[in-house]
Amino acid sequence: MIEKEKINWIYKKIFTIRFFEERIKKIAKEKKVPGYLHTCIGSEAICVGVMAALNQDDWISSTYRNHGHAIAKGCELNEITSEIYGRKTGICKGRGGSMHISDFSKGMLGSFGIVAAGPAVVLGAALQEKINKSNKTCVSFFGDGAIHNGAFHEAAGLAKLWDIPMIFVCENNGYAEATATDWHLNTKELSDITKAYDMLSYIGDGNNVFEVYDITKKAINEAKQKNTPIFLEFKNYRFSGQYEGDTQLYQPQEEIDKAKQNDPIKLAKENSSKYGLNKNDLEKIINEAKEEVDKAFDFADTQPWPQPEDALEEVYVNYPLEINR
Amino acid sequence: MTIKTVKDAINDALVQSFEEDKNVILMGEDIAGGKGREQYQGTQDAWGGPFGVTQGLYTKFGGERVRDTTIAEAGFFGAAIGAAMTGLRPIVELMYVDFAGVCFDQMMNQAAKVRYMFGGKQKVPMVVRTVVGAGFRAGSEHSQTLYSLYTHIPGLKVVAPYDAYDAKGLLLSSIKDDDPVIFMEHKRLYMTSCEVPDDLKPIPLGKGRIRREGSDVTIIAIQRMNLFAEEAANELEKINISCEIVDPRTYSPLDEELIFQSVKKTGNVIVVDESNPKCSLASEISSLISEKCFSDLKAAVIKITAPHTPVPFSPPMEDFYIPSTKKIIDAVKKLKDV
Ligand SMILES: Cc1ncc(C[n+]2csc(CCOP(=O)(O)OP(=O)(O)O)c2C)c(N)n1
Ligand SMILES: [Mg+2]
Repeated sequence: MIEKEKINWIYKKIFTIRFFEERIKKIAKEKKVPGYLHTCIGSEAICVGVMAALNQDDWISSTYRNHGHAIAKGCELNEITSEIYGRKTGICKGRGGSMHISDFSKGMLGSFGIVAAGPAVVLGAALQEKINKSNKTCVSFFGDGAIHNGAFHEAAGLAKLWDIPMIFVCENNGYAEATATDWHLNTKELSDITKAYDMLSYIGDGNNVFEVYDITKKAINEAKQKNTPIFLEFKNYRFSGQYEGDTQLYQPQEEIDKAKQNDPIKLAKENSSKYGLNKNDLEKIINEAKEEVDKAFDFADTQPWPQPEDALEEVYVNYPLEINR
Repeated sequence: MTIKTVKDAINDALVQSFEEDKNVILMGEDIAGGKGREQYQGTQDAWGGPFGVTQGLYTKFGGERVRDTTIAEAGFFGAAIGAAMTGLRPIVELMYVDFAGVCFDQMMNQAAKVRYMFGGKQKVPMVVRTVVGAGFRAGSEHSQTLYSLYTHIPGLKVVAPYDAYDAKGLLLSSIKDDDPVIFMEHKRLYMTSCEVPDDLKPIPLGKGRIRREGSDVTIIAIQRMNLFAEEAANELEKINISCEIVDPRTYSPLDEELIFQSVKKTGNVIVVDESNPKCSLASEISSLISEKCFSDLKAAVIKITAPHTPVPFSPPMEDFYIPSTKKIIDAVKKLKDV
């Protein structure tokens, strides 16, 4: 049984992420924000389901497709939005932008723009937890495309060899950019690649937030009990393009229509009575989520820009010279 | 004569090279796009790379020669080296130069060294096409230039064209060249255009270009910085300061003679480079000039570069990061004491 409070939290987050991303898509069309935007419509259940199994001070890494992870991990909506708008009060002071939304104080080690950069960094955090006999959970999020990159494999091999109980979360959303996953995989199931490392792996429905939560929770316990890394593959569908502005020519309409039947938000709504939420409860949560998203965008709109010279700050912790101009 | 964008000029050079030499192949991530969805109409060749530069090649030349890869840069860069040594002329696309890190070893230790280290018996005729540059609000990991990273390595050639004419002519040469060439395309220049003759001959690597003749100050401009140098020169002309703009175009080999001739003529030098300042093309060119043209100099060489920071995302900070027309004008005025 999941406690009522958690259920409410899950619903609130899943709607917040969807509304947030829909708003971003609209704003991208109006060309109101600078730079690249990678939205995560279709990933909400994975972001929220995994994070529901974590504490706020547990460690995660994310990617350029990070809005959902950041929202679910507890980053301030106002600060996320300000960052995407490039404002001084943004979560990274305007230095990162949409691709690098991350707040260390919320347990985010980083949102990396380089595919497969995250797993090894999380491995290091998990090693620290082991050496210091602390018990924080360490999770790395990455996509199906990332499993072809050497950095992922090197992290996986070391994690197994060192008995590190970290969790690899692979979001198998059907595409790596404009390349279909069923084309780029060499194995029948994506998670078969863990066989090379004799690593435990589980596959789950990434559209079902409660299934994601369940599998993740069990995996965390098992990993810690057995002192071993675990690889989780959650299958879902990338409704967004690779980035906003992608023509998505390669995603056939019939495929999108089929995927829509398993839209994570649709499933969450359908399941709501099963989890003790009546129509009014649901409506209330939806309205709250909408309102918070609206407020965040209003907030960001009024925020000051950074000063040009702010660019020179915080390159190092300690540097004997003034960064030259 | 046709007006072409840099993007189309590069596509033209690729098509021409594919037609001229059946050993030319292309590998990279989504250089065609739509892999795995071929059964649906309109999915083939859906991308042509993130900027559409290679669009149409897959349709024209087929999947054997135009190969979409997984996100495995070390793998397909290494494959390009072996293929090049044994008879192909591979072109690989590094989607953004910022991803150099994940496959740098293949270029630095294999591509660059096999000829030398194994007694000069083999060659590696490959080209790395990659996208560089700030000004796209693309943040710290998608905006670097890293010219000097490759220029530093003996065995690699480095090319960075400014306009469509040079892009086509230099890419034709790079593909024909028997050494590994890093061909850097600036994302903010893709849609700029100029006249490009249909029968343009390959432009030899190692030959710079005087983009504007002048007598008072030499501005040595690296890739996109030519734009700002030209704007600055136009402004400065109004107050009777005559600027000469030198575009080296290739950085390894570097057309030192062309630079020195201009320095001899003007005695005043400004080097403009979008990269970080330390161990950069700007510092290299400046040191060469100080060494070889000391007696011709009327003042110390001035470098205008980005600061020693990563590329920031937010527009006011990124604009500050990138050298500007104003910074060039101010520097020239200071040099000329006006
Ligand atoms: C090392 C590296 N190579 C290429 C890229 C360009 N790139 C960005 S996202 C992406 C596809 C990643 O697909 P996947 O891992 O499935 O994640 P998704 O975008 O589907 O969440 C690629 C190739 C990159 N960022 N880093
Ligand atoms: Mg994917």
